[in-house]
Amino acid sequence: MIEAMNTHNRPFVRTEHLPQSPPPVSTSGIIGWARENLFSSPLNAVLTIASFYFLYLVIPPFVQWAFIDAAWWGSSNKDCAGYDGACWAVVTARFGQFVYGFYPEAERWRPNLVLILFAINLLPILWDRVPGRTIAALFLVTGFPLVALFFIHGGLGLEVVPTPKWGGFMLNLIMAAVAIIYSLPLGILLALGRRSEFPIISRFCVLFIEFWRGVPLITVLVMASFILPFFMPDGFNFNELLRALVGLTLFSSAYMAEVVRGGLQALPKGQTEAARAIGLTYWQSIRLIIMPQALKITIPAIVNTFIGLFKDTSLVIVIGLFDLLQVAKSSVTDTNWLGLEHETYIFVALVFFVACFAMSLYSLYLERKLDTDHRD
Amino acid sequence: MSESIRETRSKDTLGFSGEPVIQISGMNKWFGQFHVLRDIDLTVCRGERIVICGPSGSGKSTLIRCINRLEEHQQGTIVVDNIELTDDLKQIDNVRREVGMVFQHFNLFPHLTILENCTLAPIWVRKTPKAEAEEIAMEYLTRVKIPEQADKYPGQLSGGQQQRVAIARSLCMRPKIMLFDEPTSALDPEMIKEVLDVMVDLADTGMTMLVVTHEMGFARQVAHRVIFMDDGQIVEQNEPEPFFNNPQSDRTKFFLSQIL
Ligand SMILES: Nc1ncnc2c1ncn2[C@@H]1O[C@H](COP(=O)(O)OP(=O)(O)O)[C@@H](O)[C@H]1O
Ligand SMILES: [Mg+2]
Repeated sequence: MIEAMNTHNRPFVRTEHLPQSPPPVSTSGIIGWARENLFSSPLNAVLTIASFYFLYLVIPPFVQWAFIDAAWWGSSNKDCAGYDGACWAVVTARFGQFVYGFYPEAERWRPNLVLILFAINLLPILWDRVPGRTIAALFLVTGFPLVALFFIHGGLGLEVVPTPKWGGFMLNLIMAAVAIIYSLPLGILLALGRRSEFPIISRFCVLFIEFWRGVPLITVLVMASFILPFFMPDGFNFNELLRALVGLTLFSSAYMAEVVRGGLQALPKGQTEAARAIGLTYWQSIRLIIMPQALKITIPAIVNTFIGLFKDTSLVIVIGLFDLLQVAKSSVTDTNWLGLEHETYIFVALVFFVACFAMSLYSLYLERKLDTDHRD
Repeated sequence: MSESIRETRSKDTLGFSGEPVIQISGMNKWFGQFHVLRDIDLTVCRGERIVICGPSGSGKSTLIRCINRLEEHQQGTIVVDNIELTDDLKQIDNVRREVGMVFQHFNLFPHLTILENCTLAPIWVRKTPKAEAEEIAMEYLTRVKIPEQADKYPGQLSGGQQQRVAIARSLCMRPKIMLFDEPTSALDPEMIKEVLDVMVDLADTGMTMLVVTHEMGFARQVAHRVIFMDDGQIVEQNEPEPFFNNPQSDRTKFFLSQIL
């Protein structure tokens, strides 16, 4: 108003309402997009062209090698002799071992069944259209591991398959699943404990968290595998895989605790106060008010920790467990398949990538779904 | 409305007669070395409405937060609804059910809809069946004049609307006492009236109210008693008319001269 008076030298009052008009054509559509994102300045234009040229140099030869000239089947590297491209026969011929390790072929339906049961158990937890989230989550940490153990390990009439025979990607999945489903609740408890008003509890949690964060995972695994039995009484020696699982879980629960604590600290104090003032007990306020919000803002960090954990399961190679990476390592030294490191490790990388990328996508979906803060 | 209040009030002097619901005596509180509340004696009767004012940092919030034990006192006694506030967590939870609180910054739960904000405590604390809790919630949302927002999230509402929801959320527990800590201080000027109107309506129902506010119009209209706090102490208390027209202490006079 004042500006208007300055420029026009008389009062200004708008009498009609200006309608919305569409943006100019040059800012929308494919051309608009390309102009804005790829050619917005001379430097960007040069970088865009250079990148396209680089992709042109790399991608066609890779496609040629990996698909067009590749050999897919065979029983040793001699079967790939006539092909210029990749020798995927190493993967297809040993596929069973990559997935199951030495798990007997006739019994492989058992881990397959467990995987299906796992998916069914996860469904109500991951997807809110299926009811029963709380019960499913409780079952996942209590009943399900027993069911899985029964089927995969055997006993009670099923043929026993001892843990040293478990291997391949199945072993990575088992370790990741166990560590993930136990480290989240453990991490939540540790995070709450660290903020407790009782000094004994908070001191203990700080100590616990800092201990596990201060030790490299490889050291944890080596300790669990070689050093721990040293201090155990004679004859008392529990399963090697179980030791690795406990180490992995405690290790990641410390990281989870810090992630969750970050979420707790980001919440305004007024949320707890309002929850308590309205009459909710401590645990009700944690469950209904604090955790849903704290976990929501930490989803990216939690999934990030899960992904790290998933990849870290391949570190059990140092204690001789026969996981996917170990299978790969042993197959490149197999005299029948010498010289196929590229194919083998590309396959291993691809498997890990697919699993981790799936987790990433789920986290994006969840973030979008839970976003209620913005105004509509 | 204010006529009838004034009549009942004129019968007793300062002592609003009735059964006491809050009794604070010889209460002291420290934050570390800092003596934030000093020798507080205060009795509130059922149906009484008290406005607390005073300069910032004088301990008003801390005082009313002691009543539902959001803050712990270190000396003296606080008895709310015949329950003494001690370390007994169970008793504290019992007190909190009967005492509603409205905060300066609303503190609605952003991950729950307006309706869920209102039904949460009745369902989980009072074990009210969901359908009945929703009915009660809609009744109070109607009373604060926003039933049509029930399915939205707090982030989609204006400040004034959020504060009215916060009042409804407390009322859904059917509390005996309502505490308000500067309920209009965080609002844009044009929204203050809608919240005060709801509070005046609530006063008409005979609710026991303790309100920390600097809205002196509100104090004149609904309060039975105005308390002036400074430096952690109750410096002066009186009925609104004499309090505003004829303050006794210099500190009260100075404070009133600044805000009026
Ligand atoms: N949690 C706390 N820890 C330490 N000091 C506090 C805390 N809360 C409030 N105080 C201090 O106590 C005094 C009274 O605060 P408060 O009751 O919020 O005053 P008012 O509501 O009257 O503005 C202030 O000086 C404030 O800084
Ligand atoms: Mg205050």
